[in-house]
Amino acid sequence: MKLVIGIVRPEQANQVLEALHRAEVRGFSMSRVQGHGGEVERVETYRGTTVQMGLSEKVRFEVAVSDSFVDKTVEAICEGGRTGEVGDGKIFVVPLDHAVRIRTGDSDEGAVTPVSR
Amino acid sequence: MIAAVDTGDTAWMLVATALVLMMTPALGLFYAGLVRSKNTLNTFMMSIAAIAVAAVTWAAVGYSLAFDGEGSIIGGLGNAFLNGVDFAPRPGGTIPEIVFFAFQATFCIITVALISGAVVERMRFSAFLVFAALWSIVVYAVLAHWAFGGGWLASGGTLDFAGGVPVEMASGFSALAAAVVVGARKDYGRQALLPHNAVYVLLGAGLLWFGWFGFNGGSGFSTGQNSVLAFTNTLLCPAATLVVWFALDLIRGRKVTAIGAATAIIVGCVLITPAGGYVSPGWAMLLGALGAFPSYGIIVWRTRTRVDETLDVLAAHGTAGFIGILFIGFFAQASWNGVSDGLFYGNAAQLGDQALAALAAPTYAFVMTFVLLKLIGAFMPLRASDREEATGMDVVQHGEEAYVTGEGAILLLPDDVGKAAVPVADPG
Repeated sequence: MKLVIGIVRPEQANQVLEALHRAEVRGFSMSRVQGHGGEVERVETYRGTTVQMGLSEKVRFEVAVSDSFVDKTVEAICEGGRTGEVGDGKIFVVPLDHAVRIRTGDSDEGAVTPVSR
Repeated sequence: MIAAVDTGDTAWMLVATALVLMMTPALGLFYAGLVRSKNTLNTFMMSIAAIAVAAVTWAAVGYSLAFDGEGSIIGGLGNAFLNGVDFAPRPGGTIPEIVFFAFQATFCIITVALISGAVVERMRFSAFLVFAALWSIVVYAVLAHWAFGGGWLASGGTLDFAGGVPVEMASGFSALAAAVVVGARKDYGRQALLPHNAVYVLLGAGLLWFGWFGFNGGSGFSTGQNSVLAFTNTLLCPAATLVVWFALDLIRGRKVTAIGAATAIIVGCVLITPAGGYVSPGWAMLLGALGAFPSYGIIVWRTRTRVDETLDVLAAHGTAGFIGILFIGFFAQASWNGVSDGLFYGNAAQLGDQALAALAAPTYAFVMTFVLLKLIGAFMPLRASDREEATGMDVVQHGEEAYVTGEGAILLLPDDVGKAAVPVADPG
């Protein structure tokens, strides 16, 4: 069981969603975050005040998957998130100790495997 | 000696001019709410740009080409750069010509701004500025001359109270041409591209309606009967459109939508624009009710096509202006307007005059806009790259964001500006 964390460009988020769907990864959460990954900063000017925007808007996907789904999930996020420019984001795969589905009390593998309602 | 100036008329026209000018930022707000948040400022700025550019071109040559002389196709250059536009009224008028000029300028401005709805979220700002300047002269001034300035439509008997020809049909069909030439947004038809703030849309529509009382109510250039009739019709017609739009929304989706309501307000105001001073309040309400159907239908149909006429200028302005112009041919009533009857009151010829305008204006606007944009496109790119479109036009075109947080923003001192665009952590 792993937690796959993918941080991607907001404008690629829809492509990532489509790719995850195609890979039959059904359960995930996403949130808007701000970050910095070495891309050239935007310079913006507001009434004579010029600022360098150090942080870029990103979208963070968190997907808890059973081991057999890890590669598919990583590939899907890569495929959907890649534009080839600096700033496409990162994927982190971290071990997951324990998971519980709140509705049923299913735990671990059972909790991260989608069920047909 | 300026004997013929009427102070009451002049006072109202000063207010009406300010009301119409306000419609353009209101349109900017309306349009800004309909686009994605990363394009908010660019979309709004296209309306502001219309004020900047069209006011100048109008003063330079637009007003003269529209209102100098009785030429059939186009006016002269006698009033270019406001030459001779002063405190004396125009023949038959009761307000100083300089007020008349300003009032007409606000019409040219909003018409230019309207077309931006077809090309938001991908057209380059500088290309839009060039387009706005040329369009305001080549298309708007010519059509204004035809309908308002004594050109062939006006002298032939076509009735157009407040701009069904030069404003509504011109913007709507030019928008269609612009959408075709500039092309669809890269994600159009593949992703849901949703309005980012429906409250802006409703507030913008409300302010537009408020301003439209000056637009229609001022188009009699007086406080006379046609003006007050148009004023009241501007209340009644959009209200009828709203009611029918609610019903259509309920039938189609079981819910009355807010953005639908905002759209209905615009459609209703457009419907009454050409007809305002010519039809009775009762017929104005019928116009509002009937006119909802074609615009509603075209919006539903258009979104299923490949034509990314993004904010439906054709449906809201082109179509509703077309219906309003034709409606005069049926239901104009001399006992209300003092000018002419329509078919329903025994004057079939009026319908012919109206049909002529309904064919000529869309054709001219579509063809000229198509050619104009192709020409501009030969000299400069019309649209941003896919990468820029993905990033958002606010940052790319203006170096600003509508919803900036300021977190992580580093103040650049004047000496540092220009050296800033360097990666902090160069991955290479």
